[in-house]
Amino acid sequence: MKINAIRINGTDNVATCVTKIMKGEMAAYLLDEAAESLTAAEDIPAWHKIALTDLSAGDHIIKYGEVIGKADRAIAKGGWVSHENISGIPRDYESELIDLPEQG
Amino acid sequence: MEFFGYKRKEGRAGIRNHVLVLPTCACASETCRVVASQVTGAVSIIFNTGCADVEANTAMSQKILTGFACNPNVYGVVIIGLGCETVPHAELREKIRTMTSKPVVSFGIQEEGGTLKTIEKAVRAARDLAAEASLQPKEPCDMSEILMGIECGGSDATSGIAANPAVGELSDRLIDLGASTMMSESTEWIGAEHVLARRAATPEIHNQIIRVCMDYEEHLRLAGQDCRAGQPTPGNKAGGLSTLEEKSLGCIHKGGTKPIVEVLEQAARPTKRGAIVMDTGGYDVSSITSMAAGGCNVIIFTTGRGTPTGNAIVPVLKVTANEDTYRWMDDNMDVDLSPVIRGEKTIAEMGGELVPVIRDICSGRLTKAEAYGFSDIAIDHVCRFI
Repeated sequence: MKINAIRINGTDNVATCVTKIMKGEMAAYLLDEAAESLTAAEDIPAWHKIALTDLSAGDHIIKYGEVIGKADRAIAKGGWVSHENISGIPRDYESELIDLPEQG
Repeated sequence: MEFFGYKRKEGRAGIRNHVLVLPTCACASETCRVVASQVTGAVSIIFNTGCADVEANTAMSQKILTGFACNPNVYGVVIIGLGCETVPHAELREKIRTMTSKPVVSFGIQEEGGTLKTIEKAVRAARDLAAEASLQPKEPCDMSEILMGIECGGSDATSGIAANPAVGELSDRLIDLGASTMMSESTEWIGAEHVLARRAATPEIHNQIIRVCMDYEEHLRLAGQDCRAGQPTPGNKAGGLSTLEEKSLGCIHKGGTKPIVEVLEQAARPTKRGAIVMDTGGYDVSSITSMAAGGCNVIIFTTGRGTPTGNAIVPVLKVTANEDTYRWMDDNMDVDLSPVIRGEKTIAEMGGELVPVIRDICSGRLTKAEAYGFSDIAIDHVCRFI
């Protein structure tokens, strides 16, 4: 099977297509040196993401084993994941700081 | 695992044994270039500051100059000054002598009576240092002597999904072998700073990482600038990057997964061993300059579109996962990581293959930028010249 997508981390629920993959074609990626595949549910441009599972609105999008955003609406397995259907999760620096114990 | 390098009396081993011809200010840069061109084994840098600066800029310039002089890849230093610059040659020489035991000599163009007379003396000095340097044998050095800088520039879609993760794997493996690595470009942590901070070895380091990003944004805000507006760019989105988190995660993955043991100010020297980060801009040449000043003896550089950049004293190894770039710019690219894109190799395998490549560079194999004698430099500035 020709590998045409990359899943970076084993917990990722998206893979990145390295070529354009047309609806109905297979997207194949390596997982621990074995190939996995799924059918593209729509046309996906090169370097864009394909959903590896059915995603509901609000679900976290995981790439690099990290949250890169959340789904704005349901995305079917094999669907195209892009800035059109996911968005970043706002954070603020103050809440990221850890409370440190008082210096004695 | 070992490499063949040059042991130093203090600090890490050098992987090169250069005589550095170092200007104190822009006015001496050309004189230094001529001197270095006359002596095999000598390198020079072009320096665009050193005069008419506010205190903070002078402090930065001094950190770069002293840092380059102390870099383990430098055997000895020939300083050339003008005479009326902010920090004259004798003062810089004495400052460097307090930091290192390596030989340092200096000359002033106004004192000597012009450039030609200075060049005559400085060439003789550089020639003698180069002769001494050539007598120093290479010795087996433990991999723990390596401090590898990690840089990216001219990125494309392949950088975040293949080249950067592969270099992150390399970084992890080198740290397992006892080496240290340094990732910089704090403007590119923004958006994934919470993920980077999770790698902190202590709560204090966690907060330092967050504060570096807070302070950078505040610094730019005071100058009426914003590094976050419009991110990710329309071009990023068209290229498949949907959120700032995704873009920044692709960037910080080149630093690997090991605990971060130290957060350094720009151009500062590390005091710890392991995974280190340095607060620099995302401008690749400036970031490399600061990491060289911080004592990195080798730098790995991931690119997608291709770049020629090199540093006078620290070899810069260019890697890309874009096979078209690797072929089209093969005179500038050192290693092809595109097997990851084609699914022929995993990120872990590719990163593992980079370990012996780095060992070879450390043992003396020239990078392409090094073979061409490239000597790019950019010194970060706090504010305008005065």
